Amino acid sequence: MYDVAIVGAGVVGGMLARTLAAYDLSICILEKENDVAMGATRANSGIVHAGYDAEEGSLKARLNVRGAEMMEGITRELGVPYRNNGSLVIGFGEEDRRTIEGLYARGCKNGVRDLRILEGEEARELEPGLSESVVCALYAPTAAIVCPYELAIAAIGNAMDNGVSLKLHFEVGKIEKKEGYYEISSGEEKVSARFVVNAAGLYSDEIAAMAGDHSIQVHPRRGEYLLLDKDCGNLVSHTIFRTPSHRGKGILITPTVDGNLLLGPTSVDMEDKEDRSATEEGFARIVEQARENVKNIPFRKVITSFCGLRAAGNTGDFIITSPEPGFVNAAGIESPGLTAAPAIGEYIVEMLKSQGLVLRKKEDFHPVRRPAYAFRNASVEEKNEMIRRDKSYGRVVCRCETVTEGEILEAIRTNPPARDLDGIKRRTRAQMGRCQGGFCMPYIAELLSREMQIPFEEVTKSGKGSEIVAGRTKETKAK
Amino acid sequence: MTDLVIIGGGPAGMSAAVAAYEKGVRDILILERDEHLGGILQQCIHNGFGLHRFGEELTGPEYAWKYEKKVRELGISVKYRTMVLAVSPDRIITAANEEEGIFTVEAKAVVLAMGCRERPKGALNIAGTRPAGIFSAGTAQKLVNQKGYLPGKSVVILGSGDIGLIMARRMTLEGAEVKAVCELMPYSGGLIRNIEQCLNDFGIPLKLSHTVVEIHGREKLEGVTIAKVDQNRNPIPETREYIACDTLLLSVGLIPENELSVQAGIQLDAVTGGAVVDQDRETSRQGIFACGNVLHVHDLVDFVSEEAETAGKNAAAYIMGERGRSCDIPVSCDKKIRYTVPQRITERKDLTIFFRVADRYRNVKITVLGDGRVVHSVRKLRMAPGEMESIRLKGELLQDISRIRLELEEMEA
Repeated sequence: MYDVAIVGAGVVGGMLARTLAAYDLSICILEKENDVAMGATRANSGIVHAGYDAEEGSLKARLNVRGAEMMEGITRELGVPYRNNGSLVIGFGEEDRRTIEGLYARGCKNGVRDLRILEGEEARELEPGLSESVVCALYAPTAAIVCPYELAIAAIGNAMDNGVSLKLHFEVGKIEKKEGYYEISSGEEKVSARFVVNAAGLYSDEIAAMAGDHSIQVHPRRGEYLLLDKDCGNLVSHTIFRTPSHRGKGILITPTVDGNLLLGPTSVDMEDKEDRSATEEGFARIVEQARENVKNIPFRKVITSFCGLRAAGNTGDFIITSPEPGFVNAAGIESPGLTAAPAIGEYIVEMLKSQGLVLRKKEDFHPVRRPAYAFRNASVEEKNEMIRRDKSYGRVVCRCETVTEGEILEAIRTNPPARDLDGIKRRTRAQMGRCQGGFCMPYIAELLSREMQIPFEEVTKSGKGSEIVAGRTKETKAK
Repeated sequence: MTDLVIIGGGPAGMSAAVAAYEKGVRDILILERDEHLGGILQQCIHNGFGLHRFGEELTGPEYAWKYEKKVRELGISVKYRTMVLAVSPDRIITAANEEEGIFTVEAKAVVLAMGCRERPKGALNIAGTRPAGIFSAGTAQKLVNQKGYLPGKSVVILGSGDIGLIMARRMTLEGAEVKAVCELMPYSGGLIRNIEQCLNDFGIPLKLSHTVVEIHGREKLEGVTIAKVDQNRNPIPETREYIACDTLLLSVGLIPENELSVQAGIQLDAVTGGAVVDQDRETSRQGIFACGNVLHVHDLVDFVSEEAETAGKNAAAYIMGERGRSCDIPVSCDKKIRYTVPQRITERKDLTIFFRVADRYRNVKITVLGDGRVVHSVRKLRMAPGEMESIRLKGELLQDISRIRLELEEMEA
């Protein structure tokens, strides 16, 4: 019997698990996929929004501003990269200027610090790559960037190091209310918990319905992105948004914490929750819009393109509700969900407390996680010391991102363990550089096969069904 | 201080090492990231290597062995499983391996021979999903030939580069069905002999002016949609066609791997993606030479070996104080020629200019202009971007000339 079961191992579930892990509780996270951070957390813009977007008084506004305040400290404890690069909302005319003035006023009411409205020239001084047509901009120096899946992986890893269990391949099919607890089933497997938190992202409406709450609707909103080579990461230093208009929010241009340049997302409301296919029209729109905002983007330096599905709710605000004591929904966590995630965790812990969850601080709670890129960011002396202790750190496996065998083994051996090629990619950046795994993929697959003690044929790209080879060649079969 | 450090122990690195040794340099160190010499040749188990150089058809490993044997006989040192992390403009090399950790080597001269990598799929922005089953042709080649695994059983290949063509045959021999090779351009970038021997001999259709427009399948590739493209290389919607397959191989070009060259402050050629070099393969940094696929992508290893000999020999000459620059003649070309190597001439002596044309041509004249005057010309019946061309120039033709230009003229049939 667990005290709390969290459905969904995204950044919301992960942050909540880590917040709860500080208390003397037994907690489990239930995840249907082969890894954590596989839903909206896997593919989004990675922006820590300052907090001027959401309507004042909304949960979005409150949790955004609070989350943004918490983010730097949390990323430091979790050892994930965070860069306070500031953001600019750029305007091209009088209509945009009025909108920007509105955003400024709203930001001030929401409690966003240091907002300023800049004229076109000032904005270009700050960000020389901006289009000459930019006439004004809202400058938010508190905005920042993080890597969403690194944050979720680190939060869940830290939670697990502090005693939280993670159950993968647990696809919740039924939730039954029993005497003082819930029984949650995935096929034959059952988990019991006194409290259940629904952080199931795109599927949070279905999970809520299983518990009898039919008020929530969530639909997927497609966002396509283009990622450019690291030598383009300095093209802009701030996150650049278009002024929202009747044409939509527009695409953003931002450096990533890893030094690439990210363009996107498109925004298309969809029906199929599993359709992650990107479209030619989407890519064309990104290129067209990005060109209007920033000069000289080298589009031939695109190293990958991808598509994420965000969980859009039916109320316009985050849906953090409790249909009955013991069951809490965190649904419709769309933008600024990543920013708000730490604050959502805090908020839900308070809800659970008010419903009778007893919170006793754990004495041995360890909030600090070994940094994700401990080896990469070490000094030469420290690296050599690590190589002396463990030779595998001297073996570079991924040439493009300079990732060593030691770091890959670490990703397989530490919480939450990587179990497939994409899992290694998200934890170490191996296969994420210019050659996109062309050289190192077979070698990483061998490491996974060896460490997990499974045949090479069973190594997958991203869970069952995505095996990378079909079988042996004729000659090796004959042997 | 080491006399000569060679980065990369593939065909270029080995040939440069042997040539430098023969010229008289003894203190040579090859830094190789893999556990064996030979580079990509080790996964090229098909034959056809060495026709120009040795007058016989060898497999990749056999060709590599010819040079590896020499490297061993001459006692040239090699550090295996060693990754070079940085090269400074003054030739201090930082590298890492399991035994020595991160260490530096100072060199009197350096030969860059890191080879090239395949252009990845993402660069193409293909619409659709991102399932398992998509490989660059070279990765598939490694899985099949070195690891003994078959990526899939029904295959579409995008791009008709040589590795793609070779893999079409290899996958067929392994029992897979290769359904089509799609090439965006109206002609193949691969060698004519590979189109004959790898596609035509096996009845594999080569679809010119076609591309993959969409990828299907959630976990594993289920199929691709292909389409014909118009003159501007835009897909024509009415020609969309679905092909079921579990494997998509990409052979869409090779890119010289020049991260280290950039760090060393070496000037790069935007067209080749490699360094700007002189006739001796010296880069814009004195004492740093480049050769093989890191300099420009070759279609035959025989020419890699030849070029690396030039680089190795001249790196040795540099170490022995026998090199000087007596002139600086830029070599340029018109738009019908994509690039030349070398891009500059620093000594007026007999030399060969290698180049590639930008399109397919029939019945052309290549003219070499010195300060605007014709100094040499050759006629060619057929030229194609897939075939590297060369032109030999006598040293005496270069006297009193300050710039060289190559022009291509299409003649009446």
